[in-house]
Amino acid sequence: MRLAVLGAGDVGRSVAELAADYDHEVTAFADSAGAVVDPDGVDVAAALDHKDRVGSVGEAAPADALGADYDVLVEATPTTLGDAYPGFEHVRAALEGDRHVVLANKGPVAERYDDLRALERDSAGEVRFEATVAGAIPALATIDGIGAERVTAARGVLNGTANFILTRMAAEGLGYEHVLSEAQDLGVAEADPTFDVEGTDAALKCAILANVIHGGGYSLSDVDVQGITDIPPSALDLAGEDGRTVRLIGEVTADGARVGPRLVPENDALAVSGTMNIVQLETEHAGRLNISGRGAGGRETATAVLADVDRLE
Amino acid sequence: MSDPGDRAHTLRLELVDEPGELLRALSPIAENGGNLLSIFHERGSLTPRGHIPVEVDLECPPERFDSIVEALRGAGVTVIQADAERYGEAVTVLLVGDLVDTDLSDTLSELESCGTASVADFSLTTEEGTDGVSCARVRLAVESGSAERAVEQARSVASEKDLVVVEPLVGEQ
Repeated sequence: MRLAVLGAGDVGRSVAELAADYDHEVTAFADSAGAVVDPDGVDVAAALDHKDRVGSVGEAAPADALGADYDVLVEATPTTLGDAYPGFEHVRAALEGDRHVVLANKGPVAERYDDLRALERDSAGEVRFEATVAGAIPALATIDGIGAERVTAARGVLNGTANFILTRMAAEGLGYEHVLSEAQDLGVAEADPTFDVEGTDAALKCAILANVIHGGGYSLSDVDVQGITDIPPSALDLAGEDGRTVRLIGEVTADGARVGPRLVPENDALAVSGTMNIVQLETEHAGRLNISGRGAGGRETATAVLADVDRLE
Repeated sequence: MSDPGDRAHTLRLELVDEPGELLRALSPIAENGGNLLSIFHERGSLTPRGHIPVEVDLECPPERFDSIVEALRGAGVTVIQADAERYGEAVTVLLVGDLVDTDLSDTLSELESCGTASVADFSLTTEEGTDGVSCARVRLAVESGSAERAVEQARSVASEKDLVVVEPLVGEQ
């Protein structure tokens, strides 16, 4: 497949670097400041070197990437809320040109799922978005394998930053602010951690899971969200005395979707440690399935993106 | 000493507000082979009859429970609820916030106000260096099938008093 990769952050960069290993070719590569287009295959190493030196992957205009020859658009620009601009417009352009789309950007699937599916119906192209939920964990492929109508609930730890903070608070008895700055020093938390610690990121993933399980109709505003910033170390101590701990759990059931800190037994499958993620599915006939693994990271997420590309073939 | 064959029970009693009344109510329990686990004596609130509600958790061999209830009644203690099977499940929640200024005793009785839950265990800590913020772990004994209702009640009490509630995953014991 010929790939047009939009976005050159950790995920876009890793997709471009790993594409050859999956026998795909990058024919266009763009970031917000520039692009490089080559129908014979972009020299990814040179483009990334250009980005490190100049700040963009190439001298062409970013929009040129959408006009290039490609089979699959890989949308890996930063997630935006509301109208999911500009990611959604990139997807629109690709589908209107009858190309496939693989998303790492959560915005279009979390905020405008029904619009996205409508565009897909009118296109010869297909949309896939495994990478938008829990990074390397094949959550959507598993739901697809079971059949979405036979999955009665999904829950999980869907944000590694929040999970790292809760894990460290419980282990060290330290306050939220203290552990947050440690997480920032380690590069586990962003300088502005709001998206992670207020539960927004997990809520976007819940909206996506709810859309997949319930066949659409969900956006961020339909998810009941509570973050972890109000959880003091003493709450974790009290939970621990009782053999429990607190995890930021995203949950999709027949009643809807919610994200919030929840009490779970310390030895429960959902009580994963550090930056790990887990997705737990309740199935109609086969009980409970748990899949845990790395929920973020460039190569981890790129693995999900490239698996989606392979599913298109 | 508790025996592996013992079963836990919850009794709801109503006591007259007089000195020695609580002790008088508890002695028939011990005398009939019951082991007291906890006593929730809510002195601040009154039942519709003007009495003080007391909740007693105890364990005893299954065959002793009826004689304990009889002995209590024989001693003139009002036993409101003595259903061995009544509380079949338990849910634990954490409450975080200004628990003291928002009337902790009232919060606990609100948790029970749905009528199917009873506070079985309660721990409180105060956060160091943060004004007023404290945290409580509350274990609620609930009637079988009423766990979700008890959690909803906790959510509603918390929202009324601007507290954060950390709920369990429902269905989990």
